Amino acid sequence: MTTRTSNALAIPTCSLAVCRVEAGFPSPADDYMEGSLDLNEYVIKHPSATYFVRASGDSMTGAGIFHGDLLIVDRSLEPVHGKVIIAEVDGQLTVKRLLKTKDHVSLQSENASYPPIEFQEGNEVVVWGVVTHVLHNLL
Amino acid sequence: MKIFALVDCNNFYASCERVFDPGLKGRAIVVLSNNDGCIVARSNEAKALGIPMGVPLFEQKAIIKKHDVAVFSSNYQLYGDMSQRVMNSIRLHVPDMEVYSIDEAFLRLDHLQPRNLYEYCKLIRRKILQWTGIPVSIGIGPTKVLAKVANHIAKKQNGIFDIRNRQEQDKILQTLDAGKLWGIAGRWSERLSRMNIKKASELRDADPTIIRKHLSVVGERILRELKGQPCIDLESIQPRKSIMSSKSFGNLLTKKEPLEEALANYAARACEKLRKQKSRAQAVYVFVQTNGFRKTDRQYNNAFTRTLSIPTSDTRVIIDAAKFCLNKIYRHGYRYKKTGIMLLDLIPASLEQKQLFNNVNHLSSDRMMDIVDLINNDHGPDTLFFGAQGVVREWKMRCGSRSPRYTTQWNELLTVG
Repeated sequence: MTTRTSNALAIPTCSLAVCRVEAGFPSPADDYMEGSLDLNEYVIKHPSATYFVRASGDSMTGAGIFHGDLLIVDRSLEPVHGKVIIAEVDGQLTVKRLLKTKDHVSLQSENASYPPIEFQEGNEVVVWGVVTHVLHNLL
Repeated sequence: MKIFALVDCNNFYASCERVFDPGLKGRAIVVLSNNDGCIVARSNEAKALGIPMGVPLFEQKAIIKKHDVAVFSSNYQLYGDMSQRVMNSIRLHVPDMEVYSIDEAFLRLDHLQPRNLYEYCKLIRRKILQWTGIPVSIGIGPTKVLAKVANHIAKKQNGIFDIRNRQEQDKILQTLDAGKLWGIAGRWSERLSRMNIKKASELRDADPTIIRKHLSVVGERILRELKGQPCIDLESIQPRKSIMSSKSFGNLLTKKEPLEEALANYAARACEKLRKQKSRAQAVYVFVQTNGFRKTDRQYNNAFTRTLSIPTSDTRVIIDAAKFCLNKIYRHGYRYKKTGIMLLDLIPASLEQKQLFNNVNHLSSDRMMDIVDLINNDHGPDTLFFGAQGVVREWKMRCGSRSPRYTTQWNELLTVG
């Protein structure tokens, strides 16, 4: 415990010494002015391929996706087994979990009251993008 | 030997609409100019129905109804953003690229092994489609003019065509009308016709000095490019649908003010071109780029599109719009190499005047201002507010069929169930 405390204190003390201000108020934050944390940087790895999409309905509540949530969708990622994806079904876009076995593909809801959408052999799922994050409003 | 490729988005505006509404697959689509006046873009299905380009919407009402054609008002915020995505996706693969118009870019592929060239173009094409949802065609050639010819063929085939094989090139140029060549405008085509030059191959084999005399130095350059000698200066041939003005800086710029200044200059030049061809623009697209070749620099590329409520060729209005766009995309802390402006959705000034004539609000603005002041004095400021709202509502009505701005407005995002 003691070591951790002294380490934590050591960091600002050290940078204060680096900050040379000749007049006025020296701000202890001077050396940190360069940039703030950018949420885009955290959630967007491929800007050209990333889209924001609004979720509707309750078919994916089990995956933590609720009505009105913001989904961050990366189209550059490969849609592999188990990922939550946006897929095209009958000319409409829908958010579901992709389940892929050797000879079977289905789109699973995360809500017991919705049956899975099964794809027979030769019938390919058209994937629109892979959901990477959900932004859920708690207010 | 130099190798050029032209990447061209297939039916770009219609394709943008399809990305966010897969139900539009296979359905004929037309996109209208800013005021819903004319058809400015068509999907292949709409072309097949015989719907012409640039004609007023009302002339096509019957065929649109009969074949259930999807009609969209132009959504330049969406098209501009999607264009930026396509260009950035290309840039990641080929840093040596030049954006030519909202939906076209020239690439230099000299560094690739000939063997790998076709495969690499296939990869670029697949990546753009996966990342953005926009299908593109790629034409490969020893010059830009020939790459453009190759692109036309790529569109009809499976999306990629390499025209560098001499025998094939000959065959193609012998059947291609000279008037269809990139940069040969209507008047030039007539002149060539009078000189008995009808096919592209005949222009290629003509005497360069005679062509120069009749079609200026640009005509001569097109001839040389057809021979396989690269010489086209990009500025010399403007795309028909849009006008672009951009340039790389001598030194990398970091501050906003010099960027603004450069942009204002480009805007002024673009407006001159616009007025010269007697057109007006209805949207302004501005982009900024850092130097992709400087691996140690932090990279940033962005663009913004602003639609103009009234079509204009007024330099002051365009500069204002350009500044607005730059404000949206300028970020501190980057070293910028290039900025540029594109004027979009061009319409003939004559056509616009006709519409103005129907629209008293815009025609006699002085008189309108008098009336607004009068109402304001008599009935208080609320009335002025309603007057302004009326103008807005009318404008909204004129883009009544616009799709949501899926990628630039929080409250218009795509909804999935």
